[in-house]
Amino acid sequence: SLAADIISTVEFNHSGELLATGDKGGRVVIFQQEQENKTQSHSRGEYNVYSTFQSHEPEFDYLKSLEIEEKINKIRWLPQKNAAQFLLSTNDKTIKLWKISERDKRPEGYNLKEEDGRYRDPTTVTTLRVPVFRPMDLMVEASPRRIFANAHTYHINSISINSDYETYLSADDLRINLWHLEITDRSFNIVDIKPANMEELTEVITAAEFHPNSCNTFVYSSSKGTIRLCDMRASALCDRHSKLFEEPEDPSNRSFFSEIISSISDVKFSHSGRYMMTRDYLSVKIWDLNMENRPVETYQVHEYLRSKLCSLYENDCIFDKFECCWNGSDSIVMTGSYNNFFRMFDRNTKRDVTLEASRENNKPRTVLKPRKVCASGKRKKDEISVDSLDFNKKILHTAWHPKENIIAVATTNNLYIFQDKMN
Amino acid sequence: QEKETVSPERAEEAKLKAKYPNLGQKPGGSDFLMKRLQKGQKYFDSGDYNMAKAKMKNKQLPSMGPDKNLVTGDHIPTPQDLPQRKSSLVTSKLAG
Repeated sequence: SLAADIISTVEFNHSGELLATGDKGGRVVIFQQEQENKTQSHSRGEYNVYSTFQSHEPEFDYLKSLEIEEKINKIRWLPQKNAAQFLLSTNDKTIKLWKISERDKRPEGYNLKEEDGRYRDPTTVTTLRVPVFRPMDLMVEASPRRIFANAHTYHINSISINSDYETYLSADDLRINLWHLEITDRSFNIVDIKPANMEELTEVITAAEFHPNSCNTFVYSSSKGTIRLCDMRASALCDRHSKLFEEPEDPSNRSFFSEIISSISDVKFSHSGRYMMTRDYLSVKIWDLNMENRPVETYQVHEYLRSKLCSLYENDCIFDKFECCWNGSDSIVMTGSYNNFFRMFDRNTKRDVTLEASRENNKPRTVLKPRKVCASGKRKKDEISVDSLDFNKKILHTAWHPKENIIAVATTNNLYIFQDKMN
Repeated sequence: QEKETVSPERAEEAKLKAKYPNLGQKPGGSDFLMKRLQKGQKYFDSGDYNMAKAKMKNKQLPSMGPDKNLVTGDHIPTPQDLPQRKSSLVTSKLAG
């Protein structure tokens, strides 16, 4: 399978009707949920391809002699205001605002044009008619409406739309910029952690997100496992955080790997805005915004990997960036793992489950069977031993429908959409 | 007597240090992060390349170290070292 098909981001829109994926080849594919079938009341609509377009192309920065990848790092949807849909897509350097609109009728009956577009000789026109709109097969068009470029020296890892729906932030390894959706020729720098002397560099920004309700608040996570919450009302440059979230570390447990595995790969606010979730290499942590000194909940994703860190460092897997997501009611969190496994944690019942996204092991319309990894000792039937896990099959990107129990799970080259059983 | 159990992380660290005795103390630090910021991008400077070729004439250009992504010292990336620029593909596999 082609490298360009590798899915690099997955995102539902605000209603859940549309699901966008971005890939390494710079393309965006949008799926649309079918209208509910009244006769088939026990299943929700399926997702079918709605639109595909080339969002970003590979570029070459001639000044620095650097190749700029077209891979789509993130997609974020704007809430729908009119008939058209809007989304932001970004690669390492450039953010684009795309308008996706439907066309289902076209004008016919021009006086001076034939139906195929050729012009008629005006002298042959003997009568006049009024052109009318006639229905046509649905066409979905994507057009770039804004291009936000040249604001990032380093690689963009996050974009996040503000709850004011007018501004958004973009974050790279060392800086965070604030944009207005209408203005492309300038942005405000709101966080800059670049040291005067690059030899003193100790941490980088790994993810950033606006608070879902407070338009002045955002958070950013670091490669050292900290999260900073910033209030834009405090100052123009938010280099001094309002809150610093960090779990104290037991110094006696410190090892060569400690900092690497504490690096946060994703941060997501709960829909309520009361909590945020972070993903580091081995766990998912839920933080109460009112408590900075430790998370309120910690869930182990694949603790059995702790005794494999040496080989995971050698094959670079220890640097894999897993994302995480909340369900619509903030009661369940989900994240991916290796061997095409993904994990769900129910915050209320404290139960967790491991499922697998693969065609070989799951026929369509059958219930997914829970998986179990055997860390050591005697492997039970149906268990998989740690050494049999395929570390090339990683699920880095998952998304949960904002309202329903429908999830999208991306393996390297494939997208899986699962829904829970309805009675 | 009590047997002190080594944490799995520490045991893995010992394994790594046994394999790579020259590994630095801290994995963090500016070298590590600089590599991350470069994100493995290689770049080719034709001026440097031609000057190095002229200077060295009969000598071999220094070859790449084990880490192909890190450009250090006298190593000048050659056109052969660079990844081939890919052409855009028209359809995504997901679109069928």
